[in-house]
Amino acid sequence: MFSHCADPKALEGFSWLFCYLTSGKHLDFYTSFLTVLTLLAVTAPTALAFGFGGAMAARSHIAPVSWLGKIYIVMVRGVPDIVFFMFFVIALDQGVEWMKHQVVCPDWKEPIRQGLEFRVCPEAKVPLNSSSQIWHQLYGFGLAVFTFSIVFGAFAANVLYGAMNAVPRAQLETAESYGMTPRQVFRRILVPQMWTYALPGLSNLWMILIKATPLLFLLGVKDIVYWARELGSAKTQAYSYPHPDWRLWYFLFLLVAYLCMTRVSEILLGRLSARLNHGQATAAGEAMRRAAQ
Amino acid sequence: MTCWETVGAYAFRSLGYGEKLLPRSDFTLCQQFTLIGSGLIWNIYFGALALLFGFFFANALAMAKASHNPWARKPAEWFIFVFRGSPLFIQFFLAYSALVMLPRGGIDIFGLHIATNWLTSAWAGALIVLFLNTAAYAAEIFYGALMSVPKGDLEAAEAYGIHGWSKFRRIQWPTMLRLAWPAYTNEAIFLFHATTLVFFSGFPAFQQRGDALYYANYFADKTFNPFVPYPIVAFYFILLTATLILLFGFVNRRLNRHLPSNIRSKIRLRPRLIR
Repeated sequence: MFSHCADPKALEGFSWLFCYLTSGKHLDFYTSFLTVLTLLAVTAPTALAFGFGGAMAARSHIAPVSWLGKIYIVMVRGVPDIVFFMFFVIALDQGVEWMKHQVVCPDWKEPIRQGLEFRVCPEAKVPLNSSSQIWHQLYGFGLAVFTFSIVFGAFAANVLYGAMNAVPRAQLETAESYGMTPRQVFRRILVPQMWTYALPGLSNLWMILIKATPLLFLLGVKDIVYWARELGSAKTQAYSYPHPDWRLWYFLFLLVAYLCMTRVSEILLGRLSARLNHGQATAAGEAMRRAAQ
Repeated sequence: MTCWETVGAYAFRSLGYGEKLLPRSDFTLCQQFTLIGSGLIWNIYFGALALLFGFFFANALAMAKASHNPWARKPAEWFIFVFRGSPLFIQFFLAYSALVMLPRGGIDIFGLHIATNWLTSAWAGALIVLFLNTAAYAAEIFYGALMSVPKGDLEAAEAYGIHGWSKFRRIQWPTMLRLAWPAYTNEAIFLFHATTLVFFSGFPAFQQRGDALYYANYFADKTFNPFVPYPIVAFYFILLTATLILLFGFVNRRLNRHLPSNIRSKIRLRPRLIR
């Protein structure tokens, strides 16, 4: 990257370290932090939307819709999350390829499950074998985001369902007596008020989501864990920057990075919660009112 | 090979007994059930031991965090923050790479020889990480419960002339345990779930002796069919969760036995996805 780094073997001390930390692979390592942040930025709203849909379905008066919502909420409990992560990705991948197979090559004669193998016609591969590397990576990342959203959506649905039930009944009844339709009650009274009840659960979920990001590595995305392992392992003289096994330091760096992320979110969520509790008829709101007097 | 023979060959495969080679072709449902069940032994081993040791350490940590002495409080706070604020996955990786760096031959301290190579194997290294991790999570639960012991109870104890250690042992600690128990049950359940991470986080499965998810992953890789092995793991874990709830429910009933039935605390399963 820098001109004086052209011959790493001749470098010493601090300038060696500087060149080492700005080598091409390290820049990939730093960009992979962006991957993680993108995952967080995309997953959080998507999961919230899934959760909102799930909670609304569970509250529905139409029985089958309500069952669907409740099954979605219950589904992820009782089973280790990582099982879901590993299962969903393969199942989704195969599901997508199977559907494309049905559309693209309808006159394909051979069975798709040949004993131990899952075989679709070459045109139905997602992404196509001929497409460039970046598409494979993007597809993998997309699958990961979708998996995260489904799993976290179920948890968010659970939290939001509880929060919707926690809004005082009298508030809704008052709104009804003013002649609002159920839709208006939902939009104007229920949703604005439920956030204060949902926030503790949602902030807990956010923390969990942050701490779940290393699972990207298991889903085959080149994330920070992948690069930490890659860069940290011992490098022989054949490499430009030979060094012994430094994985410990890389993982220590990751640990500190995660601690910073959780700490910052803790502080920000604390502020948000203080803001939402303002003027609410809850214990926290009451405490704020007392303190202000 | 009948199913009964398969059970004989693979029931203790995860501990290294029975058939050496894992099945390579013609996978039967029986093989999958047996091998994944055999792997579950490791999940129970990690979960049960970490929980047992972690319980005592968590009590000590919670007391330290509640103490007025900063020399006790600060380290406890930091310990809890580090283990609760970072992913368990990273903790496993970090611990493994740290343990690998220990000298292979062992350390000599004052002529005393301490072997270190056993620490890098999963049964010890991963157990230590899980122990520290669950201690931190449980300590936070216990600390919260300790802070919510009703003031009236403590004042009543003082009025009866119960002070200091005796007050803690007879009033504070039992009440803390009672208040914390529902949350602690959830912690136990999710600790067991977290044990599935062990063999995916650096710790090698020596001679393919892995846990339930390790074998499920093996089958899913070989058969390209995730729809059989992963639901089997899920089935086993639902059984395990139900057993845990039953066991912790007994303790909960004992802890609440002096209370009228309407104010007894009940165990509710609360989701916590990952650590």
